[in-house]
Amino acid sequence: MSNFKVNRRGLLKSGAVIGAGVAMPTIFTASSAAAYTNEPTGGTVTLGFNVPQTGAYADEGADELRAYQLAVQHLNGEGDGGMMNTFSSSELQGNGILGKQVVFVTGDTQTKSDAARASAQSMIQKDGAVMITGGSSSGVAIAVQGLCQEAGVIFMAGLTHSNDTTGKDKKANGFRHFFNGYMSAAALAPVLEARYGSDRNAYHLTADYTWGWTQQESIAAATEAVGWNTVANVLTPLTATDFSSYIAPVLNSGADVLVLNHYGGNMINSLTSAVQFGLRDKMVNGKQFEIVVPLYSRLMARGAGENVKGILGSTNWHWSLQDEGSKAFVQSFGQAYGFPPSQAAHTVYCQTLLYADACQRAGTFNPCGIAEALEGFDFDGLGNGPTHYRGSDHQCFKDVLVVQGKENPTSEFDLLEVVEVTPRAQVEYAVDHPMFAGGALGSCNDGS
Amino acid sequence: MDAIFLQILNGLDKGSAYALIALGLTLIFGTLGVVNFAHGALFMIGAFVAVTLSKVLAISKVVLDPERLDFLGNPAKIKTPYVIEWFGSFGEWMIDYTIPLSLLLTIPIMIIIGVVMERGLIRHFYKRPHADQILVTFGLAIVLQELIKIFFGSEAVPMQTPDTFTGALDIGIWFGFNPGSVIYPYWRLVYFFFAAVVIGGVFSFLRFTTFGMVVRAGMADRETVGLLGINIDKKFTIMFGVAAAVAGTAGAMYTGVNQPVFHMGMDFLVLSFVVVVVGGMGSLPGAVAAGFLLGVLESFASMPGVKNAFEAIGLPSIDQIIIYLVAVIILLVRPRGLMGKVGVMEE
Repeated sequence: MSNFKVNRRGLLKSGAVIGAGVAMPTIFTASSAAAYTNEPTGGTVTLGFNVPQTGAYADEGADELRAYQLAVQHLNGEGDGGMMNTFSSSELQGNGILGKQVVFVTGDTQTKSDAARASAQSMIQKDGAVMITGGSSSGVAIAVQGLCQEAGVIFMAGLTHSNDTTGKDKKANGFRHFFNGYMSAAALAPVLEARYGSDRNAYHLTADYTWGWTQQESIAAATEAVGWNTVANVLTPLTATDFSSYIAPVLNSGADVLVLNHYGGNMINSLTSAVQFGLRDKMVNGKQFEIVVPLYSRLMARGAGENVKGILGSTNWHWSLQDEGSKAFVQSFGQAYGFPPSQAAHTVYCQTLLYADACQRAGTFNPCGIAEALEGFDFDGLGNGPTHYRGSDHQCFKDVLVVQGKENPTSEFDLLEVVEVTPRAQVEYAVDHPMFAGGALGSCNDGS
Repeated sequence: MDAIFLQILNGLDKGSAYALIALGLTLIFGTLGVVNFAHGALFMIGAFVAVTLSKVLAISKVVLDPERLDFLGNPAKIKTPYVIEWFGSFGEWMIDYTIPLSLLLTIPIMIIIGVVMERGLIRHFYKRPHADQILVTFGLAIVLQELIKIFFGSEAVPMQTPDTFTGALDIGIWFGFNPGSVIYPYWRLVYFFFAAVVIGGVFSFLRFTTFGMVVRAGMADRETVGLLGINIDKKFTIMFGVAAAVAGTAGAMYTGVNQPVFHMGMDFLVLSFVVVVVGGMGSLPGAVAAGFLLGVLESFASMPGVKNAFEAIGLPSIDQIIIYLVAVIILLVRPRGLMGKVGVMEE
């Protein structure tokens, strides 16, 4: 005879236990059922595109999203195939990834670390994204990379140029195709020396956050190595809009070069102020005053208008390149959207293809398998020449473009011209280089 | 010495924008008692009126040139603006002088926007607490900002000053400095004088016209003026339009200083609100004086010497917080602001 009795206290206890079980987020329970976080079980695989859709970098985010959509089309066998046709790896056949159709969800980073983490977390937990990619800021990239490491998914970084992303903040689950501040400096310094000589006094204005610090440290070290003297480095708040009070002291500082370690709106406004103050027409120490912008983007150059003419900088990729990969991508993107892609669009398109290819080669969506496939991977045909994904820090190494604001643009897109393609060997560095020291890659986390 | 002189010029220039926005902000508070957090958005809309005019003037006749190819290998499109096609050198002059010409459009458009905003939305909040007024006007500012972003994008829009005012003036030689040591951009000097003219105009309007006298009387004692049979609400509505026009023209002319972007209004709003608080809520001379004062202080705080001095004693530089620091001190020592009325903000 059973002694089973239902009383009020017991009912409440049982209800609470069952309720807690039902309410528990699937991310905590999935590991028991799946081998790794968000293992795709149906006919589709979901990618999470985390880009700035609002805020100051929304245009760059929109261009990234266009490229992602194009990449998904190509992976699923739609469109002309773009750079899949020129990619040195022939694993991608236009039938999705590992036979599963690629679908995607999007998040809005707002170019804020907390918002970016929240949207990435939502895509992982609610939408089942197996990979997160995107972003237009190093602060955001580092924050989301950390989250992906904890959650056990791969993070394929978008536009992030700080040394720290694959330096002290590198993570085993994070991979960067974009170049970094050190590479910009290593490519630019010899060109600056050739154009402006080795006896120069440089005044730096630097955005006061991770990207600005590492960019300034890199370009100062590289230019000092060719004989330049760094007169001053003034940190400017990221929120600054009027740079006149930072530019005015340059006039009588004895400097004959102004280095603007600024990006986006900061760069547009600081460059505009510098040109307004007549710095480009000024002679100092018997030399023509020069302005340098270490990191350029076409979208940014458009905002600065005529002020960019003749000013040297660097970029990860440019639509005017004539290699087969670049031509295929520009054709594909241009046909779809009516204008050429930005470097942000290029890097995220490449990252999507590289991720898909790594899945194919690894034969799994398991982040650890993918990481292993990407580490030490050599490839070509994606617009930057022969490229190497270094295993020890997950940084891509490839040629770097030194560009200059075009004096006589032939169209609204024709703002920058490539003045030198710096060979990859010139921008490579040891994994324990002091500018990248600290932090550890750690080991891959698949969420199981 | 030349560095200090330069920073004073910079401060006056920055202060011009602060003063122009704060002037409208305090005018609205003084007349209608409303804390208008959408005032920065009016500054931004003024800037985008200038952008719109530049885009209209750039509407072009397109001819395909088979000898030149675009990025896709198709015949390149050669564009010639219709104003140049139709008016020749006069059309070129119009394009060159887009920013000053835009004032002709900005003034009426901003007055209309101001009146519609006041009659359509803000008047419903006169008797509500200031917190409600701030919430609704701040919400309106966000909506206007997002609308501008939808139409013009999130990147800055390049605008060019007239060729005559491009470059910089060696102003230092007028004051005995060495040639080339104190150089200041022409357009920033133009902006400073423009601000002086607008501020002078608003003060003269209020001081020397019957309309202005009634408005001032209404600011002092709205009820009594109403009892005299004067429709003070109507006059205050017009003043809202005037305040919007002041902010709008300030924004339009500012496009020659910095490239306009959708969030430029928000960038100025908080600073201008602090300027109003420091000057004294509702005090027009206070807003102008505080605008220039804080502009100069901010410029000095940005000097490398000042930043280094703070860093040497282990403190962060104060260039971005100097304005708030001054506001805190003023609120503690003199809550009604530098030139505020006795009793206002003191209870």
